[in-house]
Amino acid sequence: MQQLSYFELVGFGPNGWGWALLTATGMTIAVATCGFLAGSIVGTLVAWGKIGGNVVIRSLADGYTTVLRGIPDLLVIYLFYFGGSAALGAIGSLFGAEGFIGVPAFATGAMAIGIVSGAYQAEVFRGAFQVVSRGELEAARSVGMHRWLMFRRIIAPQVLRYAIPGLGNTWQLVLKESALISVTGLVELLRQSHIAAGSTRRPFDFYITAAVLYLLITWVSTYLFQRAEAHSMRGMRRAS
Amino acid sequence: MDFAFMRDTFLTLMGGVPLTLNLAFTAVAFGAVFAMLLALMRMSRVKVLDWPAQAYVFVFRGTPLLVQIFLIYYGLGQFRPTLQEWGLWTFFREPYWCAVLALTLNTAAYASEIFRGGLQSVPHNQVEAARACGMSGFLLFRRIVFPIAVRQALPAYGSEIILMVKATSLASIITMMEVTGLAAKLISQTFRAVEVFIVAGLIYLILNFIITRIIMAIEWWLSPHLRRPPAIEPRLEAAHV
Repeated sequence: MQQLSYFELVGFGPNGWGWALLTATGMTIAVATCGFLAGSIVGTLVAWGKIGGNVVIRSLADGYTTVLRGIPDLLVIYLFYFGGSAALGAIGSLFGAEGFIGVPAFATGAMAIGIVSGAYQAEVFRGAFQVVSRGELEAARSVGMHRWLMFRRIIAPQVLRYAIPGLGNTWQLVLKESALISVTGLVELLRQSHIAAGSTRRPFDFYITAAVLYLLITWVSTYLFQRAEAHSMRGMRRAS
Repeated sequence: MDFAFMRDTFLTLMGGVPLTLNLAFTAVAFGAVFAMLLALMRMSRVKVLDWPAQAYVFVFRGTPLLVQIFLIYYGLGQFRPTLQEWGLWTFFREPYWCAVLALTLNTAAYASEIFRGGLQSVPHNQVEAARACGMSGFLLFRRIVFPIAVRQALPAYGSEIILMVKATSLASIITMMEVTGLAAKLISQTFRAVEVFIVAGLIYLILNFIITRIIMAIEWWLSPHLRRPPAIEPRLEAAHV
């Protein structure tokens, strides 16, 4: 068999893996985005607990961020993957099903990423909340806004503005973490490269392609976050 | 919760701790040297040195560590005949060395930015004062720039070391039996994910806690000027009461 050239290998021709890699890139972006959004929700709740909770809630929230930032992400992914299927298996056996029930890899992955990145995002949100001026919160309260309205109109827009750089960093973490989801069998970019490398015996070519695609995503998202930051800071006076 | 099982799990997983620490510290030690070199390249203001260092940092910070590990461990296998010819195959054949190499290259990229930040934070008047005293070159670096830079960079570098300890878990994917590797094996044998997870997580937390304390102690030792001065003449005060 004739050796394919690199571009035939990763291209879109009959022997090329181009479409597979492109789909897998989409999967990477999808799972990272879902995980990131889940993390935003978790992060908001945890940050709320840290700022406004009583002693019990605050120490729970502190414990959560300390633990999740102190243990490897891979362990969390294993917990969700194996733990999730064990739980499903237990439920399944109640209904007479037997053996191993696999949880959907996408859901596991997005949830694991959400739980881990939630810990990072909580710290980002908490830091950004400190910047919101106390006077503005008092003013909002004095005109009679209740909690939810104040959160929606006063807190959320300002916290988001100051949180964008930190969220950008977290997004980069999440993106790289999504590569770990490949251990659960979800066909994202790294998994697809692994499959392609195995079936063509050209591992270097595929892994380097994967690396370039990850760099591309990183690069584009850095640009988008910069744009978002510039947009959110329009009309703000800058100390220079 | 089954405590006998958790105790056994703890003892099994502790067997992986030496390898976890070994991987982390080997990588951090080699990585620090390489990072220093990269930081100096970036600060040299020579384009031929600055540009490659910048590209290196961009590439290694922009791609997942797992991709880097696979690229080295599986990817270089594609060039096996050439590597054998050069006598490098014995190195790249071993998952241990591949993991160490990947972790080293990765931490060097992150640490170089931390070191650069530290070096740039050295106040200019300190350097001027040193020059006025007649110091220059390596002496200036050793006595003035380096100690101040280390003090500035240490907190961030401490988090990088913790990140490295966490990152060693990825070596389990290329068959290294460190803590996470052993944990994954136990989970797939017993299907008791929650218990094993709790024990493994606890081990990592203890390791990271100890490392944080060590870093804090070094920080305290390096910044005598920030410590509260010792109380003087307590005996006199006692007399007043």
